[in-house]
Amino acid sequence: MPFVPNTDADRAAMLAAIGAGSVEELFADVPAARRFPKLELPKALSELEILRELDALAKKNEATDSGAWFVGGGAYSHFVPAMVPALAGRGEFLTAYTPYQAEVSQGTLQAIFEYQSMAAALFGVETVNASHYDGATALAEAVLMALHAVSGRPRVMIPAALHPEYREVLATYLEAFEVEVVEWKGSAAEAAKGVDARTACFVVQWPDFEGEVHELSGVADAVHAAGALLLVHVDPIFAALAKSPGSLGADIVTAEGQALGNALYYGGPYLGMMGATAKLVRKMPGRIVGEAKDKTGRTGYVLTLSAREQHIRREKAVSNICSNQGLVMLQSTIYMAALGKHGLARVARLCWDKAHYAAAELGKLPGFKVVNRTFFKEFLVHTPVPAAELVAKLEKRGVHPGLALSRWHPERTHELLVAVTEMNTKEQIDLLARSLAEASK
Amino acid sequence: MKLDTNARYRKSHEWVRKDGAQYVVGISDHAQESLGDIVFVELPAVGKAFKQGDAFAVVESVKAASDVYLPMSGTILAVNDALEGAPDLINREPYAGGWLVKFEASNPAEWDGLLDASAYEAEASKE
Amino acid sequence: MNLTPEPLVYGLSSPGRVGVVLPESDVPVAPVPAWLERDSLPLPELDELTTVRHFTRLSQKNFSIDTNFYPLGSCTMKYNPKANEAAAAHPSWRNLHPYAGESMSQGALELVFRLQEILAEIGGFKAVSLQPAAGAHGELAGVFMIRKYHLERGDTRRVKILIPDSAHGTNPASCTMAGLEAVTIPSNAEGGVDLEALKAALGPELAGIMITNPNTLGLFERNIEEICRLVHESGGLVYGDGANMNAVTGVFRPGDAGIDVMHFNLHKTFSTPHGGGGPGVGMVAANATLAEFLPGPLVVKKGDVFALETPPKSIGRMKAFYGNFAVLVRAYAYVRMLGAEGLRRLAENAVLNANYLKVLVEKRWKVKYGRRCMHEFVASGDIAEGVHTLDVAKRLIDYGFHPPTIYFPLIVPEAVMIEPTETESKETLDAFAAVLDRIADEARDNPALLHDAPTTTPIGRLDEVAAARCPVLCYRA
Repeated sequence: MPFVPNTDADRAAMLAAIGAGSVEELFADVPAARRFPKLELPKALSELEILRELDALAKKNEATDSGAWFVGGGAYSHFVPAMVPALAGRGEFLTAYTPYQAEVSQGTLQAIFEYQSMAAALFGVETVNASHYDGATALAEAVLMALHAVSGRPRVMIPAALHPEYREVLATYLEAFEVEVVEWKGSAAEAAKGVDARTACFVVQWPDFEGEVHELSGVADAVHAAGALLLVHVDPIFAALAKSPGSLGADIVTAEGQALGNALYYGGPYLGMMGATAKLVRKMPGRIVGEAKDKTGRTGYVLTLSAREQHIRREKAVSNICSNQGLVMLQSTIYMAALGKHGLARVARLCWDKAHYAAAELGKLPGFKVVNRTFFKEFLVHTPVPAAELVAKLEKRGVHPGLALSRWHPERTHELLVAVTEMNTKEQIDLLARSLAEASK
Repeated sequence: MKLDTNARYRKSHEWVRKDGAQYVVGISDHAQESLGDIVFVELPAVGKAFKQGDAFAVVESVKAASDVYLPMSGTILAVNDALEGAPDLINREPYAGGWLVKFEASNPAEWDGLLDASAYEAEASKE
Repeated sequence: MNLTPEPLVYGLSSPGRVGVVLPESDVPVAPVPAWLERDSLPLPELDELTTVRHFTRLSQKNFSIDTNFYPLGSCTMKYNPKANEAAAAHPSWRNLHPYAGESMSQGALELVFRLQEILAEIGGFKAVSLQPAAGAHGELAGVFMIRKYHLERGDTRRVKILIPDSAHGTNPASCTMAGLEAVTIPSNAEGGVDLEALKAALGPELAGIMITNPNTLGLFERNIEEICRLVHESGGLVYGDGANMNAVTGVFRPGDAGIDVMHFNLHKTFSTPHGGGGPGVGMVAANATLAEFLPGPLVVKKGDVFALETPPKSIGRMKAFYGNFAVLVRAYAYVRMLGAEGLRRLAENAVLNANYLKVLVEKRWKVKYGRRCMHEFVASGDIAEGVHTLDVAKRLIDYGFHPPTIYFPLIVPEAVMIEPTETESKETLDAFAAVLDRIADEARDNPALLHDAPTTTPIGRLDEVAAARCPVLCYRA
């Protein structure tokens, strides 16, 4: 029996100590008719067999390590330095629990404090919490947080071009409450004038799902003048290049941290990031680590402000979150430390330059037109033939040109969302342009 | 347990005292002791109205968070801003510097239904 | 343990150092508008070796399953097989984009489908959604499903969810997030649900009940079928919190007993690593009554092809994409290495280990509910005058053991909740019990040893009060 060290002799000795005749006897409280059902499960495999089986299964996929991929939509292929999985995979990190006992968890706790520090610098806010399940749930919980922080205001303004799955998750989270969700379009500054005394928060996705980077000057002023909060959901790689959301007046910043050193993994586990101004810290959900001293004056780190959380507040807690994305957060910590000041800015710059080169090349093709005014690593192009057809044709040649918007908006047939990162070479971009030109003839 | 004999009390460990035309409210010495070191106090907005027994504040220690209930119906006139920087005032001076809010009573007759110091002491020592 | 203080990354930073060299750009530079560009990025600058040493040294400041016995009650800190990690590291999982079309992700979809089927069989349910990312996330999905079920029937009065007083804090917090009212019901003298109190709480406002079985006292709810019957008769539904499923895999299928919807923590029972806080998976399973309300999308099989599909009355999405996929690969590898027989053996040994340890511990320490336990038991740490559970927990650290869960469940004063799991040997359990004996002696003879503990760690007990009063939550230059 794998993973159980007890021998028959051990079991006999233990049963004798307990005073039980058999192991079955220990389950006397389970209703007799329900005890020991026969499970119809595939037969047990050895380690060799399961790894062989899973290798065969994995190879049925077509992953981003073969072909030219320009697919984004909230999950991006970025370079992950070898040290990130090597260090995060150390058993002392991997097999520790939530750091409740600070004295034997300083590794995890200090790493979280470093994460909070670096992420706060990236976002331009004072505090970042120790993770949500993903970008979508971080955003949904941030909206709930805003509704609590500015109580008595039942209206929330979100961009029409918010990631469609984030929109769905938000709908799930708000289902039980009487909240009026209003979608804004056009310029953010113009839309922010619609924030009124009933509005709790104004949400910007930066860049939005369709790649547009909205100008944010004036937005915070309008939102704050109406007494509401500005919530910016940002691409964390973009934040290395752009002015920070905090410096532009955001009260709450959320992000999908997958791009910071985490593999694509078919959509998870990813990293929900959330930060806020100091004023809002006690309204923020999730774990938070703070600095502390012991009796002899040594500095350490500890989970703090716990009275916000479910294990103390129970039904009055600001959120039910308990387990989070600890290890993914650690990977992002190592990634940010390893890339550092210049490396992360360099990644952002490579994305920017390559995406702009790609947009320029695609824009030259007959019938193609780039839609965005300002974009970062993902942009929207109008296509001369239905985008879904282009995707299907190019996939056969190992070129994955992006996402057809018709996947979410059936009426938007001729729009293609193209993502370009530092992983894409000029050669791949040229191949993309050539392939699109041929396929749309 | 220390008591303020000029104050009236609720079973849930709040005290209330007349302060001219207003009323001032806080938590009892017994309450601060059982909560332990107070680390944060969440106070209501001035001008907000509450009914008798409504939760109007939250007092937090490291391991607990406790709602505080207004002993009488009224409207908040002032909150104790000093608690923001020094929540331990509640531990050190529960009946003086550790007060929470001042309010205008909308039904002063509710005072008569509250416990006096000795009745409260009897209640609290049952716990 | 590495006792040497390790500076923050910022303290190791030196201007000009580079940890990762990136390729030269092969495209022209594109200007960034001035209104957009940031002036500076205040992150540290480290070389690669410094980064590697820093995080290696930090790792050495942790207790972990790989290094120490970690009997954290209700957390199921069992060994996480290395084969799970090898399975998940495959590049064709790592580099698979969630929007790769279904034709390009058949391997991933098939794995999800198989795991759904296996977990449904283990739990005795009709269908499973692997989307929720943690136990609390699964609970939230479950109570959303219960809420929606009643509303779909036009029954708008059902807003109350009963929760035993021994439950995890996530249960009532999840109810609040789902707009439902948590109503606490007391435990009886045996540590189970008080049936009379339950009967009194039934009625037309009842949405359902959340039951953790075995409960957080480590006791199997003997009346589980009666509870389900009473709640169903009253028009309510039963939610099963599967946090403690490790005690009963292959022994008891909650679906058979009448549970309508339930979450399992794959990061507990199914051995995926906790990672210092996550990621987990709080998969949610439902019977025929609630299956069509599951969060979507699920994976379905159409002929020989696997596809994503959202059930007709789904509560919607709980997160973007499909779930914590890499965690699912680990859980799948694990459950396939065990098979039906192995699953039963794991529960048997988890329960055997807990009962054996309980017998050793209760010679000196109070155990409030004395009957045979399941996978864990709850003792009290106030072994001597002036000694508290916290002191005992901290003293255990000096002997190289991670403390059990303490001060939970709330209904046991000075609670010490001990869950050894099936992957620990008799020798380890004997050693742990012997240390507890020794600590009991110390508590009587020299309590200062407990009050000053731990002394063998990088830091001593931290001043949490000062930390919470004036929070320092990130590095300041």
